Amino acid sequence: MTELTDIGGPAAQAGPVAFPQDRTCPYHPPAGYAPLRDGRPLSRVTLYDGREVWLVTAHATARALLADPRLSTDRRRPGFPSPTPRFAAVRDRRVALLGVDDPEHNRQRRMMIPSFTVKRAAALRPAIQRVVDGLLDAMTAQGPPAELVSAFALPVPSMVICDLLGVPYTDHEFFEEQSRRLLRGPTADDTTNARDRLERYLGGLIDEKAGQAGPGDGILDELVHHQLRDGTVDRAELVSLALILLVAGHETTANMISLGTFTLLGHPDRLAELRADPALLPAAVEELMRMLSIADGLQRVALRDIEVEGTTIRAGDGVLFATSLVNRDTTRYEDPDTLDFRRPARHHVAFGFGIHQCLGQNLARVELEIALGGLLTRLPGLRLAAPAEEIPCKPGDTIQGMLELPVTW
Amino acid sequence: MHIDIDTDTCIGAGQCALAAPGVFTQDDDGYSTLLPGREDGAGDPMVREAARACPVGAITVTEPGG
Repeated sequence: MTELTDIGGPAAQAGPVAFPQDRTCPYHPPAGYAPLRDGRPLSRVTLYDGREVWLVTAHATARALLADPRLSTDRRRPGFPSPTPRFAAVRDRRVALLGVDDPEHNRQRRMMIPSFTVKRAAALRPAIQRVVDGLLDAMTAQGPPAELVSAFALPVPSMVICDLLGVPYTDHEFFEEQSRRLLRGPTADDTTNARDRLERYLGGLIDEKAGQAGPGDGILDELVHHQLRDGTVDRAELVSLALILLVAGHETTANMISLGTFTLLGHPDRLAELRADPALLPAAVEELMRMLSIADGLQRVALRDIEVEGTTIRAGDGVLFATSLVNRDTTRYEDPDTLDFRRPARHHVAFGFGIHQCLGQNLARVELEIALGGLLTRLPGLRLAAPAEEIPCKPGDTIQGMLELPVTW
Repeated sequence: MHIDIDTDTCIGAGQCALAAPGVFTQDDDGYSTLLPGREDGAGDPMVREAARACPVGAITVTEPGG
């Protein structure tokens, strides 16, 4: 490659950076993203299929563009960027909430928001505490050691979302496995089949609920007996909504619990600080969400030309948002690679921004506080049961988290 | 201080109620609303923070005469 040295500067030599890449350290952005940091607010990157798209990396630019209606989340539109082959395989499927633009999005979101307010999330605290206590009882009865993903990180949000939606937890092995294949199945066929199976399962559950005389107390029961019955929503749309709520409701929080725990164990001083002052928990959760940015690479397509700080995003261009870099913009966060519970971590974009900002964020915050708080209180000697560098984390092309987390105490 | 909430724009994310719970809450439909008696912001320094936290810019804060 030495013959290229005369052609241009380092950027010209290297060409666009590949996106996404695998993380080396599970709680830091991939080392390969270094050229994208703290330079231009957006850069060109190359996707797996060779296509070049925009990657937004600056905090102010990301917040402005994520709230800009000239960018669409409708993956069926021409030019919508596919970050993986499995995403490309299901691009033509209808995806509720995060895959639709206003006004359709607004209608769907308004059906859901009464169930996800700050007050509703706070009211779930006792129920979530019971789930966490029950799982920790089982873990301490059987261990040490334990595999924390299967014993705790996954069942906590899975049980909570089942209870909230009115999905029987006895089916958890089925929907957890299909969600896993949907989000990171090895082939595009895995993704397509997992979507089909989840849709059939949820369709059946909805039909069953519709046949019952009185509604149960889950969100799906409410939607079936009111919105479906009065025609505000049709069955296919309700299946799509149920699928998003179920998958997003357990996968993301499970990843935050496993990766959050791994990160805390890698920062003994911060862990001691948190144990000494549990009032820091909400700030710790916020800071962990900023630092870990588990949903990295939010996707949009431009509907019109957009001028951004001297650059023109053309209509039809793909636009991705690197939340892991946006949340470490040095113009917004001092010393951003350091875990610091005393910093103002607010205004991070780990939950996105604009109309698609995470519907379940208030529930996620409460779940993380109770789950991490429970772990620290009940297991004062908690530590990794394998060398940190040997514990596998998820590949870069899906939601970030730990594949396994062997611990002891 | 005058606080204006555009409920047509509000998406019920609840970030105002989280940032400044002494001034903002969410009604039964999930929309942002001001707590009774706190319509003027009650001198809470977190009101501007709440406006900034809103993902859809639905909250406008103005000072009388300024």
